[in-house]
Amino acid sequence: MAEGIYTKREDGRGFSEVRPMKARVGVVPSADGSAIFETGKTKAIAVVRGPRTLHPQHMQDAKTGILRVSYGMMPFSVEDRIRPGPNRRSEEISKVTEWALSSVVDLSGFPNTVVDVFVQIPQADAGTRVAGINAAALALAHAGIPMREMVSAIGVGKIDKTLVVDLNKYEDSTFHDGEGSTDIPVVMTSRTKEIALLQLDGKISVDELKAAIEMAKKACGGILKIQMDALKNAGGQDE
Amino acid sequence: MLEDKMSSFNMPNLQIEKIESYLKSGKRLDGRKSEDYRELFVEDNVSRNSASAIRVRLGKTEVLAGVHLALAVPYPDSADEGTFMTSAELHPMASQQFDIGKPGIDSVELARVIDRGIRESGFIDMKKLCIKKGEKVWQVFVDIFTINDDGNILDVAGLAALIALGRARMPIYNEKEDKIEGYSESERIPLNKDALSFSMTFHKVGSVIVADVGHDEEAISKFRLTIAMGDNKGKARITAMQKGKAGTISSSDMETILKLAESKWKEMFPKVRKHVFG
Repeated sequence: MAEGIYTKREDGRGFSEVRPMKARVGVVPSADGSAIFETGKTKAIAVVRGPRTLHPQHMQDAKTGILRVSYGMMPFSVEDRIRPGPNRRSEEISKVTEWALSSVVDLSGFPNTVVDVFVQIPQADAGTRVAGINAAALALAHAGIPMREMVSAIGVGKIDKTLVVDLNKYEDSTFHDGEGSTDIPVVMTSRTKEIALLQLDGKISVDELKAAIEMAKKACGGILKIQMDALKNAGGQDE
Repeated sequence: MLEDKMSSFNMPNLQIEKIESYLKSGKRLDGRKSEDYRELFVEDNVSRNSASAIRVRLGKTEVLAGVHLALAVPYPDSADEGTFMTSAELHPMASQQFDIGKPGIDSVELARVIDRGIRESGFIDMKKLCIKKGEKVWQVFVDIFTINDDGNILDVAGLAALIALGRARMPIYNEKEDKIEGYSESERIPLNKDALSFSMTFHKVGSVIVADVGHDEEAISKFRLTIAMGDNKGKARITAMQKGKAGTISSSDMETILKLAESKWKEMFPKVRKHVFG
């Protein structure tokens, strides 16, 4: 693996090692479900509200409830302040997150309703969309929304010629040498082990991509365990 | 603040009567007395990517506030002063009643009341935020984000803004390359510590003046009065006020509120100061 110039990770981790991760549910008392998921310095809060009646009425679906996701970064989450409110990047991430979660959520029992998922990033160090999806999946489960299975998410990538898991900001945006940095957010379903989200930015061969997805699969197994532990520990702190 | 949107239309009359009759006998549903504030929690490791970012919780009402500094051109009418801007988001994460999208009038009022309180008190030393007169100054942003609404977001957001400013680190400015290189661990942004004032909001619920309203009390109150007070040689001095909602204030209500505000200020000011400069 240590071919090329990126032979040692900037923060000292092994190439397939994720950052220290933490998860907790029940962090927003007025919500139907909520969770926080942290990986290294990246933090994501997710809140679920619903099922509730969907307005405007013409958007309602008489066969099923719908999932609506809103992702955003808080103004103080990064060094250059982000203007409050939606932007093109946050709108796209909201949509891909919505697709990823919709693939496992079953709202057929709640026609004409919407389940709102709000994902917010208080502190960012790369990997915010996958941290957000991990938090959102937890918040949905915490809210008791019917799900066929769980999802777990991880960013994998290629730094010069080296495949790595859970890129930090240096690897994701600062590193430009050699073949540069390729960033691949992946969402895996827990039971069927299928891919619920896949994006890619950079340059990578087919074989390398296959290897990267295998690394993602492995990492998601570990994340699933953290998520399930958080749900098991929910009882005491729930209000 | 939030009352226009949520109003009391979806609260059962029985609940309204219960809140009001409890208050008449000097009690509240959560066990507090009418003048009691809920317990205040402050945590400051929300984000290391800004000058400061803190989390403030009063009971179950929770708000995050962050401070950013950026380089800017000064306004022509104050060429040797930094600039200051407050934004607030009543995010739908925090409450069933908040909608997504463009900030509504509630968010705008919240941001403006807090902005005015801080600006007019002279808490931030704007002159010291000047780098080169007429050309380059520091611009200070305070961003407020609501996490959970259980009433009285106005006071919680105000405290969060003050505490975030009090703990904000000064950026390190590389003059040669004209850019910011991280934050100083020892230097904080220039503040007039003596100008610190914080606001307290009192509502009239039923026939009683109530401090630090919870969600349901806020929904049914007749009016609210926000009073900002600072220190003038050990005594409270009013620095800003704002009345909200459609009800009117009688002179006896006014007297009750002012008396209450003074005694609350005495009790809370030392604690607030400790949090802000802690």
